[in-house]
Amino acid sequence: MAEEKESEENISALHKKITDAFQLFDYDSNNTVNVREIGTIMYSLGCFPSQADIREFTAKVGEDFSGVVHLDKFLPAMTKVLLENRFPPIPRSKLLQAFKVLDKDQKGYLKPEELTKYMMEKAEPFTQEEMDEMLTAHTHQKDNVIHYEKLIDKLTADQNM
Amino acid sequence: MGCFRANHTSIKAAVLIQRWYRRYMARLEIRRRYTWNIFQSIEYAGEQDQLQVSLFFSLRLLFHILCPADLISQLLDPVIDPWLDRETCYKTISIPESYTGPRISFPLSVSDTNALLRAFKEQQVLHARYVLQLLYETKKLLKQMPNVVHLSTSYTKEITICGDLHGRLDDLLLIFYKNGLPSAETPYIFNGDFVDRGKKSIEVVILLFAFLLLYPDHMHLNRGNHEDHIMNLRYGFTKEVMQKYKTHGREILQLFQDVFSLLPIATIIDAKILIVHGGVSDQTDLELLSSIERHKVKSALRFPRRSLEQLDIGQSHRLGKRLRSTDGSRPSSSRSIYESHRTPNSGASTSSSSSSSSSCSSLCSPRTPSCISPQTYPSSPSSPYNVLQVPFLDSLSSVPLPSPPQQELEWKQIVDILWSDPKTQEGCSPNTFRGGGCYFGPDVTRRLLHQHGLQLLIRSHECKQEGYEICHNGQVITIFSASNYYEEGSNRGAYIKLGKELIPRFYQYQVSRTTRRLTLTQRVCAAEGSALRALKEKLFAHRSELMTGFQQYDPNATGCVSVGEWAKVLASVLRLDLPWRTLRPHLVHLAPDGSVEYQSCFEDVGTGAHLPQVAPNLAKTLFRYRTDIEIIFNIIDKDHSGLISIEEFRHTWRLFSAHLGVAIDDRAIDELARSIDFNKDGSIDFTEFLEAFRVGNIKRAG
Repeated sequence: MAEEKESEENISALHKKITDAFQLFDYDSNNTVNVREIGTIMYSLGCFPSQADIREFTAKVGEDFSGVVHLDKFLPAMTKVLLENRFPPIPRSKLLQAFKVLDKDQKGYLKPEELTKYMMEKAEPFTQEEMDEMLTAHTHQKDNVIHYEKLIDKLTADQNM
Repeated sequence: MGCFRANHTSIKAAVLIQRWYRRYMARLEIRRRYTWNIFQSIEYAGEQDQLQVSLFFSLRLLFHILCPADLISQLLDPVIDPWLDRETCYKTISIPESYTGPRISFPLSVSDTNALLRAFKEQQVLHARYVLQLLYETKKLLKQMPNVVHLSTSYTKEITICGDLHGRLDDLLLIFYKNGLPSAETPYIFNGDFVDRGKKSIEVVILLFAFLLLYPDHMHLNRGNHEDHIMNLRYGFTKEVMQKYKTHGREILQLFQDVFSLLPIATIIDAKILIVHGGVSDQTDLELLSSIERHKVKSALRFPRRSLEQLDIGQSHRLGKRLRSTDGSRPSSSRSIYESHRTPNSGASTSSSSSSSSSCSSLCSPRTPSCISPQTYPSSPSSPYNVLQVPFLDSLSSVPLPSPPQQELEWKQIVDILWSDPKTQEGCSPNTFRGGGCYFGPDVTRRLLHQHGLQLLIRSHECKQEGYEICHNGQVITIFSASNYYEEGSNRGAYIKLGKELIPRFYQYQVSRTTRRLTLTQRVCAAEGSALRALKEKLFAHRSELMTGFQQYDPNATGCVSVGEWAKVLASVLRLDLPWRTLRPHLVHLAPDGSVEYQSCFEDVGTGAHLPQVAPNLAKTLFRYRTDIEIIFNIIDKDHSGLISIEEFRHTWRLFSAHLGVAIDDRAIDELARSIDFNKDGSIDFTEFLEAFRVGNIKRAG
């Protein structure tokens, strides 16, 4: 009995959390957001979906042909995602490993051209804008390389938010 | 084989990194969004306070509750030196040999405007004589202009339209640099809000007026809601003038007041595009707007005097209650001009009266002040159909209106144009956020544009992250020209260029202090820090009510409440619509069991330098209502000297505390007055006094 009540409270708290995040992007105050924001909202709720995951999820919750997502579809679907922990975070160690794979010569850093090649050509490529932002923000000013351990620190800094 | 595997591994690696990075960027975007929300909520909450105070002042004082009859006009109307013709007083001012600032001569020529540009870039100050002369000439010119200015693109290449500048000289100079100085080839429209908030309002407005005088056919200025002397009292322009012009500030402010009220209200291009500062309402009537005497509306914050004399105010709460009980229905939106912003959607406003008593009780023990007991006012026989709900601080004054006389209709026309905001919902409702003007929906826009054969409404008044925004199915454009409005990196500025084909093109920019382009990360961090500091100040200023709220959920005094309860208390006390759960990590600590240690809200906030000895009741009130008190002091301090007499101080305090129902006896006030009369000369430097009650100096946590 107590357990049931507790999980009810849990769900209610989850719902509020999801709604809060959703409403940050609800510019018209009518419980809809643009489909483009779904990825951002999912990330902000602690999930780590790939682009394909996001696309799949959006297809399920989005309104056809309108480019918007309603809260009443989003809320139950997202609650499920969170309860199932469907897109768990990638541990920091794996992230470090990933960089080491790309850093073929094990230099401890990557040159901008190297990083660009991987980020923009492989897997789920970055747009030019994303690439520019990454390079501007994280290339070391003096030696013009990306020290990926530092980058990892930044990326994993607000884990608990 | 090995090659393939290596490739496959690196693809997997790349996916991982991309996912992490996108998540990081999403987090940044979230922070940017709520930072933006914080700034906007606090900004509008502040503006509403301003309106409430002025209305309170106008209504209360006018009806002899505590003051003699003419005090309101004495206070808010200009001091006229009878032996000096205000208009030409500049002639008596001579310019000393030692003056190294720009010298200009009238009629202005291009060399004069160039001199001004050069001088302001070098931080020079224009001599008061020139300022007054410039204002006098501007006033003469504006008097000849209609309320609605009609322009045509057939003789020009393109018109440039700029939005709010708010005293940002750098933005104005950047626009001139990118787009060219005003001229026959480069005509401009500036859509209001030239002053307040920014530190260089005087320079901005002098340049605009100078170009106006130089090219009256190619330079066009619309009035904004900040071209208003009462707004200026609160938002910095008055202070800036008094600081830069110690001797002649008063006369300068007086002329500004005249000039502002003479600015045209609207511009129409090619009979197709309407440009106004705020927006429109469902009552906007362009014909009526063209015909009224616009200069009579000196400030949106003063009701036309005649209609107020006909108003009947009894004891506000009692009357309000009586009205509410006989007619539970909400007055129709087109009649009531202001409604309590607490209960925008509810019917009978009983919730506001209860919230008023709870807020009051958290400050001190409320009691009906004897000075507010109802005089023998004739009770209003009119039905509560036309009711004015005037919010002030925590209570609601209900005032029945007779059918609106012409003056009031005209006042409303102008206020709607200067203060309204577009919304996505259809219909038109009072703008409870700002306290003036309306929220107008796409149907209102459609109808108005159709009625007058127009195709587009261009307005400003709201800060937009990209400097501009299009809404109402492309029929409304918001254009905002003050970049970094809230904080370095908060938003871009923009301007519109419009050619004969009347298709708007947008140009964006951002003034930056450093030459190196700031990354999104850096911009977000700076803006976020500033927003959170402002929010923490708000929390501190409402400390006692918040604690009361928390304690209600914590009967066993454990010091903790759940996250949900914490969020609920904040939302209801601060009345700011913010994502509290998302902000929680920045504002408060969690106990090991996941509940909120609510005291930690106030941990890293300190107050200013040592406080003068003040009764606890007084202190709480001072923190909470510091801005309102400052506005009242500023209004009383007619010569803007920063000093008021002890008698005026006592008087103001009595006024204030009476309305709040705060039990503060005269002795406490006297003691306070004496203690802050540092020079013992019978006058009080209220700025210095109030500084002590500013919630600032937030110590950096950890």
